[in-house]
Amino acid sequence: MRLHSGIRAAVALTATALLATACSSGGTSSEGETGSTGSGGKVELSFWTWAPGMEEVVAAWNAAHPDVQVTVNKQDGGDPAVTKLLTAIKAGSGAPDLMQTEYQKIPTLVSADALADIKGDLPGDVQSHFADGTWQAVTLGSDAVYGVPQDSGPMEFYYRADLFEKYGLEVPTTWAQYAEVAAELREKDPKAYLGTFSATDAGWFTGLAQQAGASWWGIDGDAWTVDIDSAATQKVAQYWGDLVEKGVIDNKPMYTPEWNAALNDGTQIGWVSAIWAPGVLAGNAADTAGKWKMAPLPQWEEGGQATGNWGGSATSVTSQSKHPKEAAEFIAWMNSSQEGVNILAQEGGLYPADIPGQAEALSEPPAFFPEQDDFYTIAAQIAQTVQPFTYGPNVNVAYSAYNDEFGKAAEAKKASAFTAAVTAMQTATVDDLKNSGFTVKD
Amino acid sequence: MTTTTSPALSVPVPHRAERAVRPARTHRERPSLWGTLILLVGAAYCLFPVLWVVMASTKSASELFSTFTLAPSTHLPENVVDLSQYRGGIYWRWMANTALYAGVGGLASVVVSAMAGYGLAKFQFRGKKAVFNVILAGVLVPGVVLAIPQYLLLAQVGLTNTYWSVLLPSVISPYGIYLARIYAAASVPDDVLEAARTDGAREGRIFTSIAVPMMVPGLVTIFLFQFVAIWNNFMLPYIMLGDDRLFPITVGLSGLLNQGASQPAMYTSVITGALLSIVPLAALFLTLQRFWQVDLAAGAVKA
Repeated sequence: MRLHSGIRAAVALTATALLATACSSGGTSSEGETGSTGSGGKVELSFWTWAPGMEEVVAAWNAAHPDVQVTVNKQDGGDPAVTKLLTAIKAGSGAPDLMQTEYQKIPTLVSADALADIKGDLPGDVQSHFADGTWQAVTLGSDAVYGVPQDSGPMEFYYRADLFEKYGLEVPTTWAQYAEVAAELREKDPKAYLGTFSATDAGWFTGLAQQAGASWWGIDGDAWTVDIDSAATQKVAQYWGDLVEKGVIDNKPMYTPEWNAALNDGTQIGWVSAIWAPGVLAGNAADTAGKWKMAPLPQWEEGGQATGNWGGSATSVTSQSKHPKEAAEFIAWMNSSQEGVNILAQEGGLYPADIPGQAEALSEPPAFFPEQDDFYTIAAQIAQTVQPFTYGPNVNVAYSAYNDEFGKAAEAKKASAFTAAVTAMQTATVDDLKNSGFTVKD
Repeated sequence: MTTTTSPALSVPVPHRAERAVRPARTHRERPSLWGTLILLVGAAYCLFPVLWVVMASTKSASELFSTFTLAPSTHLPENVVDLSQYRGGIYWRWMANTALYAGVGGLASVVVSAMAGYGLAKFQFRGKKAVFNVILAGVLVPGVVLAIPQYLLLAQVGLTNTYWSVLLPSVISPYGIYLARIYAAASVPDDVLEAARTDGAREGRIFTSIAVPMMVPGLVTIFLFQFVAIWNNFMLPYIMLGDDRLFPITVGLSGLLNQGASQPAMYTSVITGALLSIVPLAALFLTLQRFWQVDLAAGAVKA
């Protein structure tokens, strides 16, 4: 899956690090153009995705484009689909034409030559539809374009408004207040928790570190830098470690049956989550509809305005696609036309990355939050405060180190173990980069 | 083990092996209290998860995590309807795919195993021992380890993401060949084969008309083993298939649970799907049970 020979690794790195993009992109797109002009007739595209609403948006496209028919192949979310794609790329066949690519996976896929540069196949104004930070995630700062952003996941704080009222709690605006409210709740109801530390959701912790100002990878000349073990990340780890050690928040992972039960019976009364939370709550705790509210994430400084991202994907064309031109047209339509964006938001419940389309697509609050009329107005303000963050080519390694190390730390309930876990993540990530043949600057 | 053998087995060899075992067993005609207790505990241990699935499949999504684990509810029909309506009834397509993979793969595997096992047991040829040793080594290699190499090989001939990519690797089962060899050695007497040859029967005829009927109980065992192995297989189809309309149930249900952090996992549908997926297996075992008088012990002693 990862590159083995030093030479290939070096080539891949330069591709990522904007040096040799002209060479790789020219090759892919000219090859693609000859492929599609030669074929003529009906083009069939396969699309690996796990996002909701994709079948509806594809059905709308297929009805209007009889010559370019897209088929949705639902995949297991995130890591498994990427592993499968990388295996297919390595094997030389079996990859789909289109792939849902989470932002944090794009550097990995680009360094494995899995994604096609579609810059030449996109309408010229597509870039203007997206925030600079979002667009940067699909270009990696280079001249190439490895996909079109679909949705984003700015983080917010969700809480049970009815139970906050019952217990007489204030909605925290800083992390210091969050800790106080968490302790206060434990006194008023020893069974209830304000939240949990999830050692199985690396993306969640990454978003929190992003809010605090961390950026875990960086490109320095032709080398990668890794900055996981930074003051910002340590601050976040120390904070959550303290809360877990004192027992004021839970230490059980999210997305378990126990956690679902706790959302239902009101023993988890808050959730530090992202913009797509309404869909998850509606699925896992349908009976609590109308009882939740959304607020900005607590801040590290009074009056601060910062958040991180948890989730969000682009759609990319794979390097094995024989019809990159048609595939790119479909992606541009799906993720940046008003018609496509409306379906994404209304059928899929996604928070579209396309800024011009948001106003119309998100005119109603989510059905699960009928009381909060200004849900998407607040969300749009929060979305603008997402802090910059760069992902590296071995996010999978860092994330699995997170699961291992923080899993042990959360079990041990020691704040010192939380900060040690950050250091261990740094070591594992740097070692893996070096072993894979990348140059790493200390 | 000691019940009557099937009518096809009117051959002395297995009976002899049974008789040798019988005297030892007559001493223990009264069931031992402790033995029974341990078996009961074992049965409870194995059946509890099934009970859990049965109970959980009757609950609605919100009851699943809020009511007592073993308390039944009344939502099974709705859950089945929900599951059937999910993405245009794709679950039933997965069920049909699984039946195809397991049924066709199991039958093909039985044919290959029977021929290979019979050949290894009854013929002398150069390299026989080497072939058998390689097959024995194959028994020790877990199928999961082979999934990636098989993927790369099939990718070269462009067969990944097709029905063939799951069927072809399922056809060869080293364990099935091994069992067939042992069973052929124990249940097909050389005297019978020689008599048939003397009467002028060709080898193909001897195999299909004489050896196969004698090996039927063993072949049923191989079929059931392989059928269950393919039915439950996850890794191979998971790696091979990208098109969700080709998925077997295992891979399809796993997809319902892993929809990414931003989607709720469809626990209720997965549990209902798991319950429905064991119904055909249970039915198959109950109908083929009477053939499952595999005298494996006899075969093992004989080999």
